[in-house]
Amino acid sequence: MTGKLKSGRMVVEGSYAVAHAAAMCRPDVISAYPITPQTHIVEDLSQFVADGAIDSKYINVESEFSALSALVGSSAAGARTYSATTSQGLALMHEVLFNAAGMRLPIVMTIVNRSMSAPINIWNDHQDSVAERDTGWIQLYIEDAQELVDTTVQAYLIGEDPDVSLPVMVCMDGFILSHVFEPVELLDQEKVDEFLPQFSPVRALDPENPESFGMFVDPEYYMDFRYLVEQAMDASRQKIADAARKFESAFGRYYGGLIDTYHTDGAEIILVAMGSLVGTLRDVVDDLREKGVSVGLLKIRAFRPFPIDEILKVVARAKVVVVLDKNISLGTGEGAVTTEIKAGLYDSGSDIRVPVMGFVVGLGGRDIPVGTVQRIVAKAKTVAESGVSGRSEFVDLKHLRV
Amino acid sequence: MTLPYAPIGKPGSSVANKTGGWRIFIPVFNAELCNGCGTCETFCPEGIVHKIEGGDTFIADYDYCKGCGICARECPKDAITMELEEK
Repeated sequence: MTGKLKSGRMVVEGSYAVAHAAAMCRPDVISAYPITPQTHIVEDLSQFVADGAIDSKYINVESEFSALSALVGSSAAGARTYSATTSQGLALMHEVLFNAAGMRLPIVMTIVNRSMSAPINIWNDHQDSVAERDTGWIQLYIEDAQELVDTTVQAYLIGEDPDVSLPVMVCMDGFILSHVFEPVELLDQEKVDEFLPQFSPVRALDPENPESFGMFVDPEYYMDFRYLVEQAMDASRQKIADAARKFESAFGRYYGGLIDTYHTDGAEIILVAMGSLVGTLRDVVDDLREKGVSVGLLKIRAFRPFPIDEILKVVARAKVVVVLDKNISLGTGEGAVTTEIKAGLYDSGSDIRVPVMGFVVGLGGRDIPVGTVQRIVAKAKTVAESGVSGRSEFVDLKHLRV
Repeated sequence: MTLPYAPIGKPGSSVANKTGGWRIFIPVFNAELCNGCGTCETFCPEGIVHKIEGGDTFIADYDYCKGCGICARECPKDAITMELEEK
């Protein structure tokens, strides 16, 4: 029945682009609960199913907890599965996230990044998915609609690899990517079929040979199973890099593997960010380099597994690392990316002693204009000279003085 | 021993975990007082109180009885007493 969806280059909403990409992966089962700003994705997918344009089974549920639980069962039965959610919906899935990863089920889920309540707010930051960083899901962060399409297909290839067999979150910025119309190359079904083999699960539920998934395990075994998930995460590093290169060979587009870099060679100041903010930062880097500022950009594409080795290679000879975090780990005063880069530097066993400046930006949809980044870079210049950085800070507070 | 890549096992394997080991107090069934009403069997949250073979009175499967004491509490004839178990 597939083939009814048009492929090729056209101007579409980001949500439609990801719905189309998910459809091209031929998921056997889709289950999701609508929540702003994810709604358009699942509306589009349920429309595809209703129109007979795709053969997927769409399971309507009463909550996100049930949506992901339905996919845990489906995936354990050997189905390719897809969901999408955001913010409070992702939080409601919290305990099922651990189960999906612990049972090694390669579910793919789009996270339309949105802030966490309270105060309730529907706009973008990365708090929802960053808060789920310890659940055992691979997390990929996306810069624009085309990368979103292409990474959705890569996500199945990565997660379903038998050495990995883990669920994958593809994280896109709410509204900024989900509700914006962009020119996008929508993928052709035949080319996706060539790129992405059919899902062949390591083990699957079979009535002829009954098995129990996610069974009770006592202290004799539990810790060892957790270590196996960590090993699988580690194995996914190479698979993420390989999937990006394989996609490049098939479709001619590449966005980096675990990370991407822009003008980082020899740069004294290195900006670090995830998601659509990277697009803004590319413009800032272009502008500042024209003015003679030695600045480069490191995009974190995979936040889980955390690509510390790749990051260290890039920042080794820099004078200062500037991390822009769209999340705050309350009680530490800084965002998670800042903390993890600092931890990785201390643990590197090398003599890299580059100062790391953390900036919490853009929470709950607050804009991050070019001028803000320029002010941050101006501060970074003084740290590059002194070699001493201070505590992380909240940028652009409006109604409070810091 | 090698582990499978995920916690997957044969169904029904939880019976291998003999939870009777968690017990501190053990229900002792007095057949003399028991009138065979079956209240203990009905209330047992583990479903392991049953009629003795060939008789009309009741007993627990001590391999799985966790010693919660609900059967003793509910017995209308006070035919079940919870006693500290020596191990």
